[in-house]
Amino acid sequence: MSWQVITPLIIFLVLIFIVGFWASKKMNKSNSFLQEYFLGGRELGGFILAMTMMATYGSASSFIGGPGVAYTQGLGWVLLAMSQVVTGYFVLMVLGKKFAITARRYQAVTLIDYLKERYKSKWVVLLSAFSIIVFLFSAMAAQWVGGARLIESLTGLSYSSALFIFAISVMVYVIIGGFRAVALTDALQGAIMFIGTLILLIAVIIAGGGIPNIINDLIAENPNLISPYGFDRGLTPLYVSSFWVLVGVGVVGLPQVTVRAMSYKNSKAMHRAIIIGTVVVGFIMLGMHLIGVFARPILPGIEVGDKVMPLIALEVLPPWLAGVVLAAPMAAIMSTVDSLLLLVSSAVVKDVYINYIKPNAEEKTIKKMSFGVTAILGILVFLMALSPPDLIIWLNLFSFGGLEAAFIWPVVLGLYWRKGNKFGAISSMVIGIGSYIIFHLYFPNLFGMHTVVLPVILSLISFIIVSIMTSNKIKEEADLQY
Amino acid sequence: MEKNKKKDPRFKIAEKEAWIGIGLVLFNFIWWFGFAYGMGSEPVENYQFILGLPAWFFYSCVVGFVVMVILVIIVVKFFFKDVPFDEEKDGGTKTK
Repeated sequence: MSWQVITPLIIFLVLIFIVGFWASKKMNKSNSFLQEYFLGGRELGGFILAMTMMATYGSASSFIGGPGVAYTQGLGWVLLAMSQVVTGYFVLMVLGKKFAITARRYQAVTLIDYLKERYKSKWVVLLSAFSIIVFLFSAMAAQWVGGARLIESLTGLSYSSALFIFAISVMVYVIIGGFRAVALTDALQGAIMFIGTLILLIAVIIAGGGIPNIINDLIAENPNLISPYGFDRGLTPLYVSSFWVLVGVGVVGLPQVTVRAMSYKNSKAMHRAIIIGTVVVGFIMLGMHLIGVFARPILPGIEVGDKVMPLIALEVLPPWLAGVVLAAPMAAIMSTVDSLLLLVSSAVVKDVYINYIKPNAEEKTIKKMSFGVTAILGILVFLMALSPPDLIIWLNLFSFGGLEAAFIWPVVLGLYWRKGNKFGAISSMVIGIGSYIIFHLYFPNLFGMHTVVLPVILSLISFIIVSIMTSNKIKEEADLQY
Repeated sequence: MEKNKKKDPRFKIAEKEAWIGIGLVLFNFIWWFGFAYGMGSEPVENYQFILGLPAWFFYSCVVGFVVMVILVIIVVKFFFKDVPFDEEKDGGTKTK
């Protein structure tokens, strides 16, 4: 690997450091430390909000895994990926102003704070803290492995040194700068993702001799590649549509996304973020997956899907520009990992430690705890990622859909349905996660839909039925909110 | 805390906007699904092409994306209302 490719990557890392340090200097002294460290003082503007939501959500799979599958499946997989345009507007519209207002009223700093005040139940808190810590910790470890592998393949360093570089780069700015640093670096990383997609898409189209030419090459190889059904006609409309739940509307239930919906400054910021978010998410998803498909005639015969994106960038771009473009998946992974690290840390410090272990902890102790826990978690993930235990890999399979099935109804119905209560919430979380794991293990893709669909439906049913059945047990109604 | 039986007017706005979000998703899905499988289910030999892309893909994914962006802009500019997020201190709604 040449220095021409590595230099832009190093510049990118240095830039991230500078932004992180700058953000840590800007930590607002007037706010409470917790609110500042875990939520950036609720001061995000529209652009930063849109970028941090997109970047947190768009991970290794959007830039490495997704284009790799599109390379194999053809345009049908781009169609599937376009269900993610929804995330650009749906999350902010549905949680929207009500969530922002209620979270402020509750003085909630984390998603769990919100659930705690809404349901007034210790079990809701412990259950959600447990699932966030377990699932997101595993998801984080998996992303770190991806980040390290990418550095490894780009620089030729050994896996452990690559992992070390990756870990240090992320941990430094997360620990010192908290949410503000995460959001600001996300904005920078999001911009790099956008620009990288644009450059590579144009270069691939030129290298392939124009779109009509590329499509003709695809037809010549296998006409199914340009149909919506996948290369072997295995993508059914129902299966593809069911991804609207997994990567579309279900994203509302992901804690790392939800917490961002309480971090913005005012309704103007939210309005801008909806528009910017839709444009950016849609463009990146369309662009990256099209790149995967268009890469096929240019570089046929790539066996490992994850290598499509790095190989095509090196093929069609001059080395220094390939370095710029390859900073994009790097940015995608970092911007996901930093948010997860901070979120898991907030679950430990705020939701468990302050709530149940030491409610009257002093500001100084909290500060030390927050820095300390974030650092320890980072080191733990580093050790896990050195040689990932099977358990972590196994848990990571459930992290995305499992968290959606657990949180979507307690959050959304908790917000809009007065009768929703703690019994409903607990049953919905248990059934959501439990049925997700069972379906995943024993009945994957039941009825031809992605595994996530049925658990989301089951958790909805149990939330409603249990809430109604137990309504006489709940005396106090949260009437101010409805 | 006083018992306030009246609904916070900001929540009415918020609920309306959440419904708009759901409506947009439904529209988005129908557009996406309709063009993709309406036009894409024909045999590949019969496909028409626009700007080099198969017509089903062009309408469903490219035009669909542009249409959604335009709709989102219209909805946000004309139907979404600015509301203050902090608790009103004087008890009344402030006019802007």
